[in-house]
Amino acid sequence: MYTFSIARPSSLAEAQSALGAGGDVSALAGGQTLIPTLKFRLANPDGLVDLGGIAELRGITVTADAVTIGAMTRHSEVAASAEVAAAIPALAYLAGCIGDPAVRNRGTIGGSVANNDPAADYPAACLGLGATIHTTTRAIAADDFFQGMFETALNEGEIITSVSFPRPSAAGYGRFSHPASRYAMVAVMVAQTAGGVRVAVTGAGPGVFRVPEMEAALAGNWSADALAGIAVPADGLNDDMHGSASYRAHLVSIMAEDAVRSAA
Amino acid sequence: MNVSLTLNGAPISAEIEERTLLVQMLRDDLGLTGTHVGCDTSQCGACVVHVNGESVKSCTMLAWQADGAEVTTIEGLANGGELHSMQAAFREHHALQCGFCTPGMIMSAVDLVSQNADPSEDEVRAWLEGNICRCTGYHNIVKAIRAGAAAMRG
Amino acid sequence: MNEKGIGAAVRRVEDQRFITGAGNYVDDVNLPGQLFAAFVRSPHAHADLASVSTTAAAAAPGVRAVLTGADVAADGVGGMPVGWGITQPDGSPMIEPPWPIIATDRVRFVGELVAVVIADSRNAAMDAAELVEVDYASLPAVVATATAAADDAPQIWDEAPGNTCFVWEIGESAPVDEAVSQAAHVTRVELVNNRLIPNAMEPRSAIASFAPATGDLTLHCTAQAPHAVRLLIGAFVLQQPEHKFRVISPDVGGGFGSKIYPYAEYAVICWAARRMGATIKWTATRSEAFVSDAHGRDHVTTADLAMDADGRFLAFRVHTTANMGAYLSAFAPLIPTYLYATLFAGQYTTPQIFCQVRAVFTNTTPVDAYRGAGRPEATYLLERIIEKAAYEIGLDPVELRRRNFIAPDAFPYQTPVALLYDSGDYAKTMDKALEAADVAGYAARKASSQSAGKLRGIGYSLPIEATGAAPSAIAGQLGARAGLWESAELRFNATGSVTVFSGAHSHGQGHATTFAQIVSDKLGIPFENIEIVEGDTANGQMGMGTFGSRSLSVGGSAIVKAADKIIDKGKKIAAHLMEAAAEDIEFEDGNFTVAGSDKAVNIAEVAFAAYVPHNYPLEELEPGLSEQAFFDPMNFNFPYAAYVCEVEVDPRTGITDVVKFTCVDDVGNIINPLIVDGQVHGGVVQGIGQALLENGVYDNEGQLLSGSFMDYTMPRADNVPSFLTDVTETPCPFNPLGVKGCGEIGAIGSPPAVINAVINALSPFGVTDIEMPATPERVWSAMQSGQAEAAE
Repeated sequence: MYTFSIARPSSLAEAQSALGAGGDVSALAGGQTLIPTLKFRLANPDGLVDLGGIAELRGITVTADAVTIGAMTRHSEVAASAEVAAAIPALAYLAGCIGDPAVRNRGTIGGSVANNDPAADYPAACLGLGATIHTTTRAIAADDFFQGMFETALNEGEIITSVSFPRPSAAGYGRFSHPASRYAMVAVMVAQTAGGVRVAVTGAGPGVFRVPEMEAALAGNWSADALAGIAVPADGLNDDMHGSASYRAHLVSIMAEDAVRSAA
Repeated sequence: MNVSLTLNGAPISAEIEERTLLVQMLRDDLGLTGTHVGCDTSQCGACVVHVNGESVKSCTMLAWQADGAEVTTIEGLANGGELHSMQAAFREHHALQCGFCTPGMIMSAVDLVSQNADPSEDEVRAWLEGNICRCTGYHNIVKAIRAGAAAMRG
Repeated sequence: MNEKGIGAAVRRVEDQRFITGAGNYVDDVNLPGQLFAAFVRSPHAHADLASVSTTAAAAAPGVRAVLTGADVAADGVGGMPVGWGITQPDGSPMIEPPWPIIATDRVRFVGELVAVVIADSRNAAMDAAELVEVDYASLPAVVATATAAADDAPQIWDEAPGNTCFVWEIGESAPVDEAVSQAAHVTRVELVNNRLIPNAMEPRSAIASFAPATGDLTLHCTAQAPHAVRLLIGAFVLQQPEHKFRVISPDVGGGFGSKIYPYAEYAVICWAARRMGATIKWTATRSEAFVSDAHGRDHVTTADLAMDADGRFLAFRVHTTANMGAYLSAFAPLIPTYLYATLFAGQYTTPQIFCQVRAVFTNTTPVDAYRGAGRPEATYLLERIIEKAAYEIGLDPVELRRRNFIAPDAFPYQTPVALLYDSGDYAKTMDKALEAADVAGYAARKASSQSAGKLRGIGYSLPIEATGAAPSAIAGQLGARAGLWESAELRFNATGSVTVFSGAHSHGQGHATTFAQIVSDKLGIPFENIEIVEGDTANGQMGMGTFGSRSLSVGGSAIVKAADKIIDKGKKIAAHLMEAAAEDIEFEDGNFTVAGSDKAVNIAEVAFAAYVPHNYPLEELEPGLSEQAFFDPMNFNFPYAAYVCEVEVDPRTGITDVVKFTCVDDVGNIINPLIVDGQVHGGVVQGIGQALLENGVYDNEGQLLSGSFMDYTMPRADNVPSFLTDVTETPCPFNPLGVKGCGEIGAIGSPPAVINAVINALSPFGVTDIEMPATPERVWSAMQSGQAEAAE
């Protein structure tokens, strides 16, 4: 690890000013991606701004319409929340799939969404459920937020404060774990939302993406059978020693079926 | 910078560089070498300790992130001379060979049982996703954790 | 019956420190004034070193020295030694290229040492290592085993045309060719034995300390064989004499072969410590371990099994290309030769066997022994081809094996490939496994899997291996450059407790427990009064260390011999104490008695008399009660097993679950059944790892793609089931304990059982072969191409 300075703000306002103070400064959420990156000397920030002391970024609020999760809420809290499990069971399930128990005790939704790892789970939840990402300056629809591998709509110094998931009438998550890293190799969130059926895929490509053909088919017939014969093109999907693009394309269909079957 | 925390029940403080990992502070600055480092990608779990009662990977946490926290390591698990039930179960069921992954395994197992008093074999295996053992084939670890859980239930 | 003697399930004495965090691994050791080393490693698989500039690094804060290959050469430091030589069919020796401890003019694999920075802290060393400027002129790399010897392959060594280190043969090719061409049926396989990366959970670590005033060099390191490290680094690299070189290996966190070798990093920090008069510590990161720990396996093989019309094996013909990596690791030449092809008889009476091995250099990390070492490769090939043959000729694979077993009355049995098997009843062990595995109920389980949408398969494997290395004279004839005995010293203390010094080394095997059980049993003293000391060349006088499942049969036998000497001397002392003739003294359960009388003296009393010789035959007998013994076995021993594996394959994804795995092992007499079980569990999971999960993969440029736990699939708890284990016990006649090695049989036997089961599950799709690891994609693809062929 290179050397860096740290700031430990206790409010969002302080965090914003620390992030805007100049230099190459990174926000530190749960650190489960950033700290390994620093250990490998793949990043060399001048400073870290720790968001861990900002109480307003924590907590889960469930209303009749939505589940809103504070950015610094940890995966373990979402996975264990009875309220989340009652409102959007697929979301609680997804949070419990991330990493391992010790990682879930540190990793946060804000960090995961801001990082937009192409094999992360939360981007599929956001895009599949039609979430809104709230930041220090604005609210961004998930459809606009994720912009390809590790790229998001966030501006310099902008901090995610919470993510709201509108309650779907049904949603399910199908996940094929990467055998070694246990990230999502291919995972699919399907949901019946007020705005229509949404199908979001993570792990398979360079970033999370929707599958309009599957959405159309499921809109007409909400069953795994409706997906028969629909395959995403392998072109552009990830292709590596763990799975070729065509295998990943196949798994998208299978995980989508699993997601529909498990939907509640 | 200075970090102060409660370590295995006693207040301590240490002067560290900002880039110091929790595990490095424990091992190098505080001399508690029971917590191990087996990888650099947060996968192996040899470094698992409890921070405020929950299992975390101390190789993926900066030391100052534990400022003010209660940290328990394998050295603090036994109650004086009396082994924790999980430690005793690991010995009874030959759940360790080289012993390197063992501290992390035991700390993970104790956290599991704090949330699930009577885990099934599948639940134990799923929980151990972040703890790699190269020696035992897990058979006896799973057995020990279920026996340890039973002992903790009393 | 001694409750903690031979055969008892004694809980391990070493566990107390491990479960309380009080273990003492090398990285836990900190010595006063220690400096830290960080290595600069080649990022290229093959490149000329145009220049290595250390100026900026040397000027960085806290840096004490930056050393390169030029410094190594200037100091006249030797290269990495090889402990086994191979003779080619034409009588010429293998090619043995130089391996400088730091590269001088060329690098040949990613991770090779290019420079070392010594600094006041780990961070300072790592910070400065980035400032070493290396100018590499990249060269084309040789990576793939199968094509390394091809005409158009780039050449790694001028002295090794065709990148061939050696060609080696065993058996006669002409009669085998003849038998294959005449046979009623010939089954052929072409297979890859995948490269594995050992990944003991503790990364390697070392601290070298040199005392200029005395000339003493001390190395703490993560070694399975500290005496061998001392010998090899001392004599061949540093010219540091053994009596001025102490190697300490305290608790070591697993080895599996990878911690046998005298690694370059150890040699470098020893050399630097001596040069600087300093104490220097280094601990590998996992990323360093991936590229620098010796890898395992990596064979490409074609084989033919010839049978008569009744399925009796007539001949077995094998051609293997074995990847050595860029340099020869210490025991690399032994692995794909004598530890491999000598196992091709298996548990069977195959009369004629021929094997030719071509060992090739590639621009990859050196390959050496990894749990099983050659024997898993042999067993995978043999047990795969037999299962395939059974399906081809329409015979139950169990029945085919039964027809070819060596009969229980045929021992000692001379195989056509050099080995003399000790003892066994292979059918008995197999039958026990069939029953334990409830093979009779398999059809019902298969139907139940089917109704859940899963394909179920069953597979068998009947491994045998040679353990207990080694009869030194035989090993010497075959190319060993060292003796392979083991030593023990059994030292009674005056108050009756016993300290045992063994040259073996426990890094998970539980010697402190099993060796104490042996001593307790033999000498009738309480288990608690016995301490086993290992891992320090200043304590145990001599040793060869722990590898090849040898500790108990060789090291344990040395302890027995030492105990026998103690008893012999004790009888003389007891005779004096009881005023009887030594010939009349009997020893049992810790007491010396005079035959035909009720006179008795306890061994503790005898020990006291030996150290306080007030009433002692000093004119005939030395005082003291301490004996040393060496044991060099007359033969190897041959543990064997029968494994039955059942898998379920999800046809939608290709995911394979091992749902039932039954092991019946015969490791001869058992000292501690808990430990035998544990060794089998761990070995079987490493084999399941090889079969389904683990793969060391390089790209065409020689970059290791599976270079972290993010890409190298380690078996985790949810990848494997609980196991059903049982034993038969056929004593080995070649050692006083009647034991056979148990450390590797699981890793040797399980891969073919798993793959045979996977292929059996996929048989409805016409699948007859699948490569290891049988990843979900490979399984799914095999089904797809099977379906496609079926549709054509």
